[in-house]
Amino acid sequence: MADNLLTLSGVHTLIGPYHILQGVDLSVPEGGVTVLLGRNGAGKTTTLRTIMGLWTASQGEIRFDNHLITKLDTPEISRRGIAYVPEDMGIFTDLTVAENMMLAAASGPLDAKRLDWIKELFPPIGTFWGASAGTLSGGQKQMLSVARAIIEPRRLILVDEPTKGLAPAIIKAMTDALRELKETDTTILLVEQNFAMASTIGDTVAVMDDGRIIHSGAMSELVGDETLQEKLMGLSLEAHQ
Amino acid sequence: MLTKLLSGDTPRSGLLTLLLLIVLISLAFAPFLFPGTKSLETAARICIFIVLVASYDLLLGYSGIVSFAHTMFFGIGAYGTALALSTTGPSYWSLIWGTATGAVVAAVFALAIGLFSLRVKAIFFAMVTLAVASAFAVLVSQMSWLTGGEDGLNYRIPRELTPAFKLVDEKILGVRINGKLLAYYLVFFASAALFLLMLRIVNSPFGRTLKAVRDNAFRAEAIGYRVVWYRTTATVLSAIMAALAGSLLAVWLRYTGPATTLSMEIMIDILLMVVIGGMGTLYGAVLGATLFILAQTYLQNLMGVAAEVTSAVPVVSTLVAPERWLLWLGVLFILSVYFFPSGIVGRLRAGRA
Amino acid sequence: MSDTAIKPRMEKVPFKEQFFQKLPVLLVPLLALAGLVAIGNPASWLTLTVAGLAMGMMIFIMASGLTVVFGLMDVINFGHGAFVAVGAFVGFTVLAWLAGWTASPSVMLNLGAVLVAILAAMLVTGLLGYAFERVIVMPVYGQHLKQILVTMGGLIVAQQMIYVVWGPDELHLSRPEAFQGSIVFGEAAIEKYRLVAVGIGLALFLAMGHILKNTKVGLLVRAGVENGEMVESLGYRIRRLFLIVFMTGSALAGFGGVMWGLYQETITAHMGSEIMVLVFIVVIIGGLGSVEGCFIGAMLVGLLANYTAFLAPKVALISTIALMVVILMWRPQGLYPVVKAK
Repeated sequence: MADNLLTLSGVHTLIGPYHILQGVDLSVPEGGVTVLLGRNGAGKTTTLRTIMGLWTASQGEIRFDNHLITKLDTPEISRRGIAYVPEDMGIFTDLTVAENMMLAAASGPLDAKRLDWIKELFPPIGTFWGASAGTLSGGQKQMLSVARAIIEPRRLILVDEPTKGLAPAIIKAMTDALRELKETDTTILLVEQNFAMASTIGDTVAVMDDGRIIHSGAMSELVGDETLQEKLMGLSLEAHQ
Repeated sequence: MLTKLLSGDTPRSGLLTLLLLIVLISLAFAPFLFPGTKSLETAARICIFIVLVASYDLLLGYSGIVSFAHTMFFGIGAYGTALALSTTGPSYWSLIWGTATGAVVAAVFALAIGLFSLRVKAIFFAMVTLAVASAFAVLVSQMSWLTGGEDGLNYRIPRELTPAFKLVDEKILGVRINGKLLAYYLVFFASAALFLLMLRIVNSPFGRTLKAVRDNAFRAEAIGYRVVWYRTTATVLSAIMAALAGSLLAVWLRYTGPATTLSMEIMIDILLMVVIGGMGTLYGAVLGATLFILAQTYLQNLMGVAAEVTSAVPVVSTLVAPERWLLWLGVLFILSVYFFPSGIVGRLRAGRA
Repeated sequence: MSDTAIKPRMEKVPFKEQFFQKLPVLLVPLLALAGLVAIGNPASWLTLTVAGLAMGMMIFIMASGLTVVFGLMDVINFGHGAFVAVGAFVGFTVLAWLAGWTASPSVMLNLGAVLVAILAAMLVTGLLGYAFERVIVMPVYGQHLKQILVTMGGLIVAQQMIYVVWGPDELHLSRPEAFQGSIVFGEAAIEKYRLVAVGIGLALFLAMGHILKNTKVGLLVRAGVENGEMVESLGYRIRRLFLIVFMTGSALAGFGGVMWGLYQETITAHMGSEIMVLVFIVVIIGGLGSVEGCFIGAMLVGLLANYTAFLAPKVALISTIALMVVILMWRPQGLYPVVKAK
């Protein structure tokens, strides 16, 4: 297994009076897909937001590429090479698809070659290039959100439930795209409730409950071990199977 | 017994208790302790403003609502009493129905504004009340056939409350026992009663819920409290109290005009008094109003002296000129919001340990 | 990849919905038409309409910054009026220095003087905006109650400082030669200055539209209004963006202050708080955070104020409040509610 690109050790996050993360220890190996599983309210989204600096950890350390990033602000974390695809997709609906993409290329003009590749991955990006992003369908918005995250080469992408509420065909397109992205040296931390999808794409897996990681290991191990699955599923995925 | 009168909400600080007692005793015996027209005027103003500021604190401190329409309610009360006295003659009956009408009108206005704009953000309510209040002030000064316009209304009050009425022929302790003195005690006892009533309100289950709503509206809503209902009720109660304070002012001054009741300056004064005294504690209103009005009346003389002394230094002398005292209050205000959001009372209570 | 399965699909916005979305734009001509019917005399109507548009443009200049600042960071600056007053005082001071230019019959010199005055006012209020943001607003981000109180405190201090610097009296100043007098169209006399104000306001609106649509900063502002966190996640410092917007908004308030001062020819230290009432009404009508809404709101308020001032002078200000109430009953978030992702 490669070195860890991202490690969280003993991370606690408070949101107002609520203690959401209660000592998260998580390692994301470089160059693969790590899937974060867990039921609603387990703290998956908070984990991603804490990595991104949108919430600040009250305790613990977050290291990215061997540098401490716990106290950095969000723009700085982004510039270090982490992109974020939030659960609500964070599309600027008032702007066009093109403008959304342009802003995502924070360091300079759009890279034409990379854009062509993205348009191949997600054809609607090209089709609706000049259209207002607010008029896109849910699946198209999801594609735009991922496209924005990868328009510049990033080392790590945090993706929060990219298949939520989407039709099977679009889920497949999304899975294909993430798989192709994996081929390009990009590490992915994926929050997913759809275990079927997660198991086909994930290399490593971590399961959260009540603000802690309760299991982590190789995805193949979890897929092969039905008792373990049952134990964790019963705990974390009951509503989604 | 005393604790019960204060609804269990004692000052909880030795120094604070002492200061409050000084204020209470000074106001209760003001005519005898500080003879002279100017001091009596000041004492009456302090009484009235304690009620007005406390009623504003009901909104700002206890409900977390910023309103700029408080002087409007104050004015409605004052004009209610003033119009009744000037149209139906100086009887107690007109005094009562005028006061009651003012309070009811204020309540209806507050209800309308509350239902209309309390659902949305605090900022929105602040902006709407600012707009409505200034429109109201303009309207009042333009309806001169009714309100006397900018000149306001002069009227007579029941004779027993005027200096012409002599209760005892001789002076007692060097003070003339006349109707003016009765009027002062009317203001004093009415203010004290209203203050105790408000203390009761904020310490009732209603008041406690209000604070819960202020601290976390979302959570209160989730638990099942109707947030809008609580906020609107607080707005209405606060408006009624402000209107009653206005009526007291109308009786005391025997004059009601836009400058003494509706102006934006008074609104800002109230804001300063609440914040400097301490938001979310009615005792703050007592200290805030007392200090502010004393400063307004007497500090300016002091600054005049300072300006005199520094008159050789061009910039400094303009900065300490007596007219510029609001500048320093403004600075003090900003600093209190940053560093002592609970004002003087909060400081005193914190220093108790 | 199966193209058929993920066939691109645009959600069609039904015509009716589109019509209702665009409806607010129609309100301005509708109001103008209603004014014509109520006033009857076309000449007076034309005079009043131009006056109303001029007033609306000036309010727009002052209000636009306020609304964008709110949209971006959820901050309402109750001290915004102070910038209006400071701008007017700085502008008047500069114009008084340039008395030689303003009194000369040369249009170029007149324009030059006004331009210098406006630039000076914008510079001073822009810098003041910087100080205001850093000292007064920054410590209380995200706390609405404190924000309102503190910016109100800033207003008090700023007004008092005007007294300290310029003295307690109001200032009078005649408009430069070229902007005095009227142009006569048929029976209608239209003050030249009002036409100038309409021209400047319109130019500013178009320029703002251009910046917001076609520049990166503009796009970031629009994106930030909708979802500030996402803008940060893409690597932009929204606080710096906000500071720029705050300073621009303050400078525009100063700009508007000079325009308003020249319109009234008299300025006082508390002119800002008086105008703020109109500015707030406009911003509320337009929808907090929306520049287009602010523009339309300003036109509506300007026209209505002038029509009612002619028809029933006593209810002029009340009529704008009534307009606000009616619009909020129709659209509780204002004409153009701003989409907030948060």
